Amino acid sequence: MAERAPQAEVGMSSELLDEAPGADRASEVMTVNIGPHHPATHGVLRLVVDLEGELVREVRPVIGYVHTGIEKSCEDKSYWKVIPFVERMDYVSYFFQMEAFCGAVERLVELEIPERAKHLRVIFLELNRIHSHLVWLGTTALDLGAISMLWYCFRERDRILDLFEMATGQRMHTRYFQVGGVIEDIPRGFEAKLRSFIADMPVRVGQYEALLDRNEVFLQRTKNTGIVSRERLLELGVTGPLLRAAGEPWDLRKAFDYLAYPKFDFKVPVGTVGDNYDRYRVRVAEMVESVRIIEQALDGLPEGPYIADDRKYVLPPRSELSTSMESLIHHFKLVTEGYRVPPSEIYYAIESPRGELGCFVLADGSAKPARVHFRDPSFVNLQAFRDMSVDSYVADMICSLGMLDPILGGVDR
Amino acid sequence: MPDAPGLELIRGEIEAAHPGAVLDTGFAQDRAVLSIDPAHVLAVLTWLREAPGQEYTFLSSLHAADYLPAAPRFAVHYELLNRDRVERLRVKALLDDPASPAGGTVGGPAPEDASATAGGGGSPAVTGPAGQALPSIDSCVGLFPTANFQEREVFDFFGIVFEGHPELTRILLPEDYAGWPQRRDFPVGGEPVTFTYNERNYG
Amino acid sequence: MEVERQPLAVERTTMRERQLRARDMLRGDLEGEELERYVEEKVVMTNFEKMLGWARSNSIFPLTFGLACCAIEAPISIVTARYDLARFGAEALRASPRQADMIILSGRVSIKMAPVVRRLYDQMLEPKWAISMGACSSSGGMFSNYAVVQGADKFMPIDLHIPGCPPRPEAVLYGFTKLQRKIQGNPDQGWRARYQAEGTEEWARGGPRSEPSAEAAEAYLAARELLGA
Repeated sequence: MAERAPQAEVGMSSELLDEAPGADRASEVMTVNIGPHHPATHGVLRLVVDLEGELVREVRPVIGYVHTGIEKSCEDKSYWKVIPFVERMDYVSYFFQMEAFCGAVERLVELEIPERAKHLRVIFLELNRIHSHLVWLGTTALDLGAISMLWYCFRERDRILDLFEMATGQRMHTRYFQVGGVIEDIPRGFEAKLRSFIADMPVRVGQYEALLDRNEVFLQRTKNTGIVSRERLLELGVTGPLLRAAGEPWDLRKAFDYLAYPKFDFKVPVGTVGDNYDRYRVRVAEMVESVRIIEQALDGLPEGPYIADDRKYVLPPRSELSTSMESLIHHFKLVTEGYRVPPSEIYYAIESPRGELGCFVLADGSAKPARVHFRDPSFVNLQAFRDMSVDSYVADMICSLGMLDPILGGVDR
Repeated sequence: MPDAPGLELIRGEIEAAHPGAVLDTGFAQDRAVLSIDPAHVLAVLTWLREAPGQEYTFLSSLHAADYLPAAPRFAVHYELLNRDRVERLRVKALLDDPASPAGGTVGGPAPEDASATAGGGGSPAVTGPAGQALPSIDSCVGLFPTANFQEREVFDFFGIVFEGHPELTRILLPEDYAGWPQRRDFPVGGEPVTFTYNERNYG
Repeated sequence: MEVERQPLAVERTTMRERQLRARDMLRGDLEGEELERYVEEKVVMTNFEKMLGWARSNSIFPLTFGLACCAIEAPISIVTARYDLARFGAEALRASPRQADMIILSGRVSIKMAPVVRRLYDQMLEPKWAISMGACSSSGGMFSNYAVVQGADKFMPIDLHIPGCPPRPEAVLYGFTKLQRKIQGNPDQGWRARYQAEGTEEWARGGPRSEPSAEAAEAYLAARELLGA
């Protein structure tokens, strides 16, 4: 799909110019297996590649190497126990899975969450978005050879994880969101630490850009590689930064107003060409926008409860357990059996760092969901990989794989 | 989302074009649901994608659910999205399990003639690797290329065969895996944990 | 195999005496009781073996192998600047198993991946070690279902298990130092040594009331002796 025109720009010798794709030389097509264990750090993805010299003729992704049966396990657990399970699907953006599931269940039981909880959820979601993009940037730059980016990005990532640990006790997989709000309020000192982080972050992003934006090697590798047209991406169901890099300003945060996003003023970065360089620029710009959202959410953080008051679905505060019999009974029912959700089904989608993350919950009236399915963005985006890499070099395929940002936990579930 | 009267209008228009396609409409949590007969799934999806007022050109998600013990047992869900009007519409194609004793009234590939009759009639002639009868439905990969991996996943987990899919093989489980894990009658699996001290001392 | 430990003929053998005895043994000159005693006594760590153990433990080449969530903590997070694995000597992460010493199973091992992991482990050269990081590879973790192997030691030998979901990078580094001690021939018996609980190990095979089979018990005692327990 991608025409390799810029061979002349690269300054290759004239003999190699004869080997343009489509030339009638009877070349041998060799099938090479890449993965599931490979130096690229994106997870256990196996690619069966048909190579003609260095040109990729066909690529077939084989997935399922980290399939964990999460959706099946969820059918066996009460609703609040499902939350740690679904967190571990896309293991870099864990807050988003929690939000998709909790949001879906909240809509099923028609539970309104308080404003403070909405702001807190937005803060953690955007912190997780920055975290996901930092991991992406570090590992992708590592794959492309810019090894020092890994250390710089993970330095910031460790600061975000410190914030998570301060608020929730865990660095990853925090089970912080619960149906009705968040499980705990943010501690004292969190706001100050977060403010110092968001004050530093734009400076750091500037440093990353200074390293990569005009780096000759990086530009040669990412400019005009892996181009897929906008229409083709829409046909393939691709969403998220990949679609936005191709010029389509589709962002679920702006399209469907969920949580407190309508209150905040933020831009959605959109690319023009849809090549790997645009994908990189879109994600880096998204990091800056996320910082702006966090700042606005923190400034406008209202006082109030951090979780809904409905005792049928939310645990009562522990102080009440010793005085109120009713609270004790609620607590007992919720912990042993869990809450029952009336028979219904819903599909609720949010914008995760990789695209549209949708959660389908089918409730059958009991305390356990009858079906939990996640429409994972990496799973659907992987279908675009073939279009990105066919008829280009292997090196471009590796670059496209990095810019595709697949997280195999989400792909395989 | 199309509101309730809008949904009824859609139903009316589809019924006019393809009688017997729509079995039911539902409206819950601000979401419109069309339950259709699987024999007409391609017709309905094409109509929804191309009709001038509808234009649901984006398939967000294709997944299935097992409603055991209710009948029809399976439903393939198509989450359609219109990005310009920002509207979602869910299309449910209800499939019976031909392997069950009572199954076989709903479900099957599209009949030859264009004027579709309601219901497929009898179990489809699709058998799985172990010889059991599998429900089948037309594949919409031609309409929505995004359905490629997602239909394979539904096949992998439920055993629902998509007629016309270019490469319907297992995608997440090993190629030679036997069984359809996401069905409700498939056990979760795993092993019991042996706590030897307690069992030895306290029976 | 019941073993009688005899005290040595002299209270303290010097290095020189042991070397002479070793030389005699190699030449085939030791026989009878002397040979038996030599074999039966605690494994003597010669200085050379100690040095070998020290060198091996401080220059481990880990394999860059990440499966799932634990992979973000290790191998990615522990090689970064805050939790630096390089200060323990394990800086050179190799992508090819044929050049690597140690495999850290970071993440859940699904049934599709298990043969791949076994093959990777087999491709590594001796001496090699395996760390099972996190709950999922140690025991299946929270995923007790059809798709996850309930513990990687069902199909490959594991030297060290690190609990956690995911374990903090500090926990992984602590486990790493324990592995280093094991490589040096001084394995940390952990709580069993501290609470004098050697001999309280339980056997899970064959059901809760079974005794270990004779071969299993023999092999276990021999292994403990070899490690110097």
